[in-house]
Amino acid sequence: MDKHRNISMAAALSLFVGLATAGHADEFDTEDLKRWQAEFMSVVEKGDRLFHGGLKSRNSVSCDQCHPNATNTHPETYPKFQQQLGKVAVLGEMINWCIMNPLESEPLALDSDEMIALQAYIHWERRGVALTPGKH
Amino acid sequence: MSGMNRRDFLKKASVLAAAGTLPISLVELAFGKGDPRNFTFAFISDSHITHIKGREFVRNWDRGLIRAVAETNLLDPKPDFIVYGGDIAQLGKPEEIDHGLELLSGLRGKVHFVMGEHDYYVDLGDYWRKQLGPDHYSFDHKGVHFVVLNSILTHDEWMHRDWPDGMARMKEMARLDNPNGSPFMVGEAQRKWLAGDLAKVSHDTPVVVFSHSPLQKIYKGWNFWTEDAEQVQALLKPFRKVTVIYGHVHQIQYNQIGNISFHSVMATAWPWPYPSTYRQAPSHLAKLTVPMNRADPFFERDATGWQWIDVHSGHVDLHYFLPNNTNRTVAFDEQLGHPVDTRYQDPAKRIPPQEHY
Ligand code: HEC
Ligand SMILES: [Fe+2]
Ligand SMILES: [Fe+2]
Repeated sequence: MDKHRNISMAAALSLFVGLATAGHADEFDTEDLKRWQAEFMSVVEKGDRLFHGGLKSRNSVSCDQCHPNATNTHPETYPKFQQQLGKVAVLGEMINWCIMNPLESEPLALDSDEMIALQAYIHWERRGVALTPGKH
Repeated sequence: MSGMNRRDFLKKASVLAAAGTLPISLVELAFGKGDPRNFTFAFISDSHITHIKGREFVRNWDRGLIRAVAETNLLDPKPDFIVYGGDIAQLGKPEEIDHGLELLSGLRGKVHFVMGEHDYYVDLGDYWRKQLGPDHYSFDHKGVHFVVLNSILTHDEWMHRDWPDGMARMKEMARLDNPNGSPFMVGEAQRKWLAGDLAKVSHDTPVVVFSHSPLQKIYKGWNFWTEDAEQVQALLKPFRKVTVIYGHVHQIQYNQIGNISFHSVMATAWPWPYPSTYRQAPSHLAKLTVPMNRADPFFERDATGWQWIDVHSGHVDLHYFLPNNTNRTVAFDEQLGHPVDTRYQDPAKRIPPQEHY
């Protein structure tokens, strides 16, 4: 074997090893799962606090007063037609409807951290329920 | 139309509709029309008057109570008295109790009051009792023995924990789904009082008990529950006809346990979902109950209401006044020996909004 070939073999090998390392990182492990779940649950907890009086409310009314454990929020039914909105709406739009009406407060941006946290909490309390998009 | 205009329109329309449908004629009475043992009373509950600041209160809850008072005053025949089923206030503040009483002062007739947890936990009921008197008592009316209990007491250890102040304790109890809450109870002292009170009553006298929480166990997680329910039921067992009417649950429930008929009343403020809709925990609502209609989120008085109750042959029939929904009647069926909804009891007669999930 000449020297040249040796070098290129080493390069190929290191390239292969490098790919293998990258591939390995992609194969997530239980530690990753734990960490991701913890990230998610910290947002659920934030949503729980917002839902139970943490959200700014002009008249002091809070979500849990009418939706204990986020019942009657039916996240599994969205998107769905809402007659008075006159269209098929996403969950965030109904959350904003409740913020503007029972809470007499300002709606949230649909991609705001608070909106995401409220949805994380609402979905978490409803875990295990089959999707029924459109259902009233 | 702006939101405000739409609301005003709905308000006016609903008052007109109410004036158009009242007065209501009585259902047929077992003792015949002229019998002195037949009478009616009205029942209003769970207004949750909420103080914001200064003279500002949550408009929505004010409207619910104002409407119930106005409609009650239109009843014909006029009810013999009115019962208020508890949770007049949201956080038990004097401002809230006073404002609620001011709105209730429009009622024509005597009002008997029941203590709710939202009236109690800030000062252990001091202000409420100062304005309204004792929180447990009894009275007789046209051959029926009425008992009012304070069923929202709890374990002394929880009540007297080292709370920073009374308001901190109130806010814990005011949260329905609080995992750090504590179960309601009548307690030993009141059970002793009840035993003594009932000792003077003959066993064929009809007995009607008013409590805030259900004197039966439905779902502990939301305190649709009274810890010593069985002990209270045992005291009521010797009587032939017993009815328990309770607030707190903000929804229609009814049940029969032995000789005791149970009925809940609607809130004037807001409805609560049925506990069966919470999928992470089991609950025990009576199979007998045909649920109230699920609320339409776009009509703020939906799934709220108040009651007109007629007492005949020692049993009670509840007539539910439900803004924007078909009114309901849950009446005692002599043949079946338990309450039934006069229109919807048959599963084939149920309507889609009665499905809760
Ligand atoms: C005064 C009571 C009240 C308050 C307070 C309230 N809501 Fe609602 N909300 C309702 C009612 C009633 C409905 C209709 C329920 C139904 O459709 O079964 C509803 C519907 C919803 C829905 C759609 C449910 C469905 O079935 O499509 C969501 C999501 C929701 N609310 C979230 C919230 C959030 C988040 C808050 C706090 C910001 C809140 N609500 C505060 C009464 C309330
Ligand atoms: Fe209540
Ligand atoms: Fe209550």
